Amino acid sequence: MSLKTKALTKSIWVFHLSTGSCNNCDIEILDLLTPRFDVERFGITLVGSIRHADALLVTGVVTKKVAPRLIKVYEQAPKPCLVIAMGACGCGQGIFRDGYNTYLPVDKVIPVDAYVPGCPPKPEAMILGIVKAVEKLKGKDRSSLRG
Amino acid sequence: MAKQLMFKIKERLGDLVFQFEEKSAKRIYLSVHKADIRQVASVLVKEFGSRFSIASGMDNVKNFEILYHFSFDDEGKVITVRTFVDKDSLEIDSLTQVLGAAAVWIEREMHELLGINFSGHPDLKKLLLSDAQWPDKKYPLRRDFKNE
Amino acid sequence: MSENKKRQTIIPIGPFHPLQEEPEFFKLHVDGETVVDIEINLGYNHRGIEKLSEGKSYDQVTFLVERICGICSNAHPFAFSIAVEDILGIQPPERAQFIRTIIAELERIHSHLLWLGLAGHFLGYNTVFMWAWKYREPVLDIFEAITGNRNHYGMNKPGGVRRDIDNNDIPSILKMVNDLVLAVDMFKGAVLDDPVLHARLKGIGILKKEDAIEYAAVGPVARASGVAIDIRKDEPYAAYDRIKWNVIVEQDGDVYAKTQVRILELYQSIEIIRQCLKKLPDGPIDVKLKEITEGEGIGRIEAPRGECFHYVRSDGSNSPVRHKIRAPSYMNVPTAKASIVGQQIADATIILASVDPCYCCTERLSVVDAKSGNPVLDSEALIKMSQEKTKKLWKS
Repeated sequence: MSLKTKALTKSIWVFHLSTGSCNNCDIEILDLLTPRFDVERFGITLVGSIRHADALLVTGVVTKKVAPRLIKVYEQAPKPCLVIAMGACGCGQGIFRDGYNTYLPVDKVIPVDAYVPGCPPKPEAMILGIVKAVEKLKGKDRSSLRG
Repeated sequence: MAKQLMFKIKERLGDLVFQFEEKSAKRIYLSVHKADIRQVASVLVKEFGSRFSIASGMDNVKNFEILYHFSFDDEGKVITVRTFVDKDSLEIDSLTQVLGAAAVWIEREMHELLGINFSGHPDLKKLLLSDAQWPDKKYPLRRDFKNE
Repeated sequence: MSENKKRQTIIPIGPFHPLQEEPEFFKLHVDGETVVDIEINLGYNHRGIEKLSEGKSYDQVTFLVERICGICSNAHPFAFSIAVEDILGIQPPERAQFIRTIIAELERIHSHLLWLGLAGHFLGYNTVFMWAWKYREPVLDIFEAITGNRNHYGMNKPGGVRRDIDNNDIPSILKMVNDLVLAVDMFKGAVLDDPVLHARLKGIGILKKEDAIEYAAVGPVARASGVAIDIRKDEPYAAYDRIKWNVIVEQDGDVYAKTQVRILELYQSIEIIRQCLKKLPDGPIDVKLKEITEGEGIGRIEAPRGECFHYVRSDGSNSPVRHKIRAPSYMNVPTAKASIVGQQIADATIILASVDPCYCCTERLSVVDAKSGNPVLDSEALIKMSQEKTKKLWKS
């Protein structure tokens, strides 16, 4: 494993982005910081800028207004950057699939490494999703990445 | 007391209301001509102290309909003022002159989603849809709208 | 590489790179330290739900509208269900009415605690954030126990509720709610009785009563400005008129008053839940609806942020012909203009937060110089300014 990926998998700095959602997944992601789940003890930290991030957590359906920004954010992310699509919306637009303001699902706009379905996914499932994505990077590719 | 309110409103609006429907004690529907909408709204809000809850615009195929919902909080009633707009003259007076800030957003929304023009609105630009992706003449809430 | 990364306890607000050219949700125009104007741009979350509703059956619509907002996910199906019941002129059975009330008040508690946490963070009281969200967890646990999900409970449907509350669960709900009183006492002391927060929040971001009326504001935003409206009292639904409780109204209209209203409403919600659990009658939890007849209906409820209004038109078919949805924030977010112009930038985040928009929207904040139009600050910087201002007050 290269030096870069080794450093990456020691502690994982995560940037969160909503592309047009009901915000439930976003709140559950915030919940990960709070005492019950406290992901910081696993070395998972949420950061305020994509330029500091090792992983990108994307929620939402990708509305037309947000699509260009999603691409821009991904381009600004230092590579390698793990992309994790959270929630039913992130995985495939969910119940809003046929909406007139929905663009394409996340994985048709940027490459996605892991999917965490659920509406919203339980915080435990989100942690599992991040962990599985990291393990993929380490090379321990489990047969299914569906969290 | 509630009956008194309805009596007073009926009396005050007189012929401006061409159809009066009391669906229940809490739900009343008044039909008015679009030319009278400003006056009716002014009476209900300024004279009777009601609160503008929101407006619902819809495409009825044969015409367009706008429902203005006014909440009478003390009596727990919603009085809805219904008016019709012809497809060929899809325009109505803006209520911003009468309702002020409360009507600004919803008229912008009805304009961009249905294509209704609100004359006298200070700034009828898009509210929800992005300018780049939504050229003019594409109105999602219309019956003939096709989602590509 | 790791030494260059700055470690902070951050709420991941501000997902976009600062100083982007595209319009932000809140764009503040500033002259020096003063806000002179605010632009509000919507549309990032617009998913065309009203149109989607026209293609779904009445039962499916409840699941759709639940997902308008994750925080008030019960409010929309609730208002929609009442609108459909209004078309039919029916009321759900008594047990359903009480269950609806309990779920609605639990939602109010979790929403206000969520808000309290975020407000705490903006002010630099990260302990308040952690504690508020920690005490939110037992509420979500109860939701999971009753409904099967922490969020998006799928409880309301036209005609009643989908799931019953097991009477055996009542003691644990009561216990959770009673434990919560101690937490709320603590918040009240930490927030409302703190002289630093008095200095920080009183007189800040005032929404005058006449402005609250002109903007047709609703919910805590209106009640903090002396406008005593609350659908639960004005047009009682579910079991609210069978319970003894009070509407919380304050007069000053500042951020402090808005905070007061939300914290004091927590006590009222706890009391409502207690009484509902004690009075929960036996019986069916729904009325079986065979068809939705032609007609129109309006359903409105007092969501945590205010009046949630649904209008439904039916033509006798299985789907709504028109479904108008108006969330409370639609009326309240514009009031930011009235309460923020003339205020200092350091107070901007807390003033906007006090309007309680969808939290995700407060993040997209940008600040431009009024004269040049050049961007000056981003949301991260604004939050820091707010936190710094509090720190200065601690020291003095």
